[in-house]
Amino acid sequence: MVRNFLLLVFLTPLLAFAHEMHLDHAPINPSDNASLQRGAKYFVNYCLNCHSANYMRYNRLTDIGLNDKQILENFVFSEGKVGDLMKVNMNPNASKVWFGVAPPDLSVITRARSSEAGSGADWVYTYLRSFYRDPTRPTGWNNTTYPNVAMPHVLWELQGEQELKAHPVRMEGYEATEEKPALVKPGQLSPVEYDQVIVDLVNYLSYMAEPTAKSRKNTGIVVLTFLFLMVGLTYALKKEFWKDVH
Amino acid sequence: MAAKKKEPVVIEGAGPLNAPIGGLLTWVDQRFPLMSIWKDHLSEYYAPKNFNFWYFFGALSLVVLMLQIVTGIFLVMHYKPSAAEAFASVEYIMRDVPGGWLIRYLHSTGASAFFVVVYLHMFRGLMYGSYRAPRELIWIFGMIIYLCLMAEAFFGYLLPWGQMSYWGAQVIVNLFDALPIIGPDLSTWIRGDFVVSDATLNRFFAFHVIAIPMALLGLVAAHILALHEVGSNNPDGVEIKAKLDDKGHPLDGIPFHPYYTIKDIFGLSVFATVFSVILFFLPEMGGYFLEYNNFIPADPLKTPTHIAPVWYFTPFYSILRATTEDFMWALRVGVVAYAGLILFTSRGCLSKILTLLLAPVILLAMGVIEAKVWGVVLMGVSTLIFFLMPWLDKSPVRSIRYKGRLSHIALTIFVIVFLTLGFYGTQPVTAAGTLISQIGTLIYFSFFLLMPWYTQMETTHPVPDRVTS
Repeated sequence: MVRNFLLLVFLTPLLAFAHEMHLDHAPINPSDNASLQRGAKYFVNYCLNCHSANYMRYNRLTDIGLNDKQILENFVFSEGKVGDLMKVNMNPNASKVWFGVAPPDLSVITRARSSEAGSGADWVYTYLRSFYRDPTRPTGWNNTTYPNVAMPHVLWELQGEQELKAHPVRMEGYEATEEKPALVKPGQLSPVEYDQVIVDLVNYLSYMAEPTAKSRKNTGIVVLTFLFLMVGLTYALKKEFWKDVH
Repeated sequence: MAAKKKEPVVIEGAGPLNAPIGGLLTWVDQRFPLMSIWKDHLSEYYAPKNFNFWYFFGALSLVVLMLQIVTGIFLVMHYKPSAAEAFASVEYIMRDVPGGWLIRYLHSTGASAFFVVVYLHMFRGLMYGSYRAPRELIWIFGMIIYLCLMAEAFFGYLLPWGQMSYWGAQVIVNLFDALPIIGPDLSTWIRGDFVVSDATLNRFFAFHVIAIPMALLGLVAAHILALHEVGSNNPDGVEIKAKLDDKGHPLDGIPFHPYYTIKDIFGLSVFATVFSVILFFLPEMGGYFLEYNNFIPADPLKTPTHIAPVWYFTPFYSILRATTEDFMWALRVGVVAYAGLILFTSRGCLSKILTLLLAPVILLAMGVIEAKVWGVVLMGVSTLIFFLMPWLDKSPVRSIRYKGRLSHIALTIFVIVFLTLGFYGTQPVTAAGTLISQIGTLIYFSFFLLMPWYTQMETTHPVPDRVTS
């Protein structure tokens, strides 16, 4: 009884690790404006047709080094205004009929997808690189990060087509195989170029999830500098006032 | 009717400013008890001179309360308490309101910080016996503040209208469903609807911004007034009023102002530094202060696979989840053992009669009422049992410094168990987690229920006449 209990206590963390999803680390750089701008472009061209970003305004893109004129010409469609929210015209009921589920809003998706397995950026980065051909699915596509996802592989022309292939994995003391997507039909981009597109896109999504993140950290440095001085000053003041207390 | 003229107010060291400022203060003081309030609560409130690190957290709780009220006012200016708009209005505050992100993070980090400082403040009370006579009412007011704080946090957590907000509220309100007879009607009454909805959001908003904060302010005033009536305890647990100097001031006391006001400003600076590191660099605190799932708007049709309350509720949530049908057997054994302990060791006739009457009733009720209800009951009792501390602690000494080995072991184990229960409350249910929570639950209640025995059995150390430095 006691031995079983101890076994249970010590093995539980291992079980937790075994079931944890593996996510690739997204090599994003939030201060790379060129990457953020490319990412914004991919987002507007590929994602914004179905997914909205209802809390994000187009003219917020001035944060990443664009001006109102550039935003209006390159990002806002037809009669939109530069201060508009990134809404999508597709009727959510219609999209529910087509996909079985309304495509989620992407404004804060990288915050929502964070987990113990990795950041939300890591999740999206892994997800967008793990689509594979699956004739049993209505869209013809499936995904190893999000099994049986309703979304088709929108970027397939860029990436090409992947299929599940068995890979040998070396475990402690025994051999096993794991099914992983592998490229079978190249697309317009090489795998390296495709990964860079996803990095830019994820970089943008993660900026969009919290556009104030940069100014938050900058403010933090100023506030902490002030507080370090305050700690020193108030400590000296306390010492001075307390020197006659014994 | 001519009131007795008070003495003019003189400010020492004010120099040429004494005439205008002193004159104004004199004018006010003759119409309002300004100087006597100042003296009673600050400049001539004598506090023990040996306060240590643990005595920062009372003042810090007050500061965090003020922070929550001020940031709350600004949030309410932009927040929309409506199921259709709430989530969007929070993102609007984060993006379009100038400085809105700062106000929101101050409030969300402040909520967790409030519980951190209050838990440390309570732990200080447990260590140094601050609940012992004549400070029972301070402790009771404090415990009511703590319960209000939990209600405040629970109501506030629904407002961002994310998935965790929604399903957390759903789970907690559904607990009332388990109560016999009145349960279903009661939970519908709390929600104002059959599920958590716009009506629930509106009433939770009313409680969060008006009802509970008003109660909190009144209770905090009562807590401080009661404290200043009897005077502060200290790490040695000796009564400083027992030894007075020739002016009638405690020999081991120093005026709260300027000594402790200055010291608390230093404590506040250190606290603000730690707080700012989290606020500006880790506002989500790894999903503990802002849960990741709460960035998904509430969806009544999609239940998240893992619903966990925010960290400060998780020790009690663990106790709730630990109470399974199997665990009821452990509880039955516990009730019988505890009744036996009272019958064999108690000298009072009344306690024996009460035990003989109550124990069979509880055992019978355990057979009739399902485990789910007992989980709710145990969770409630686990928070309320702190109220009994002044009467459970029978030690001849107040402070842990002079208590014996059993009290040291008990308090140490209690802290470990509280943290362990807290940790498992954040995790999905596993067999091991449930077993550990069940053992933790038994130890949690033993800490309180066995206290009258272990505080009397142990040998205590001699208490000094005066405070030690």
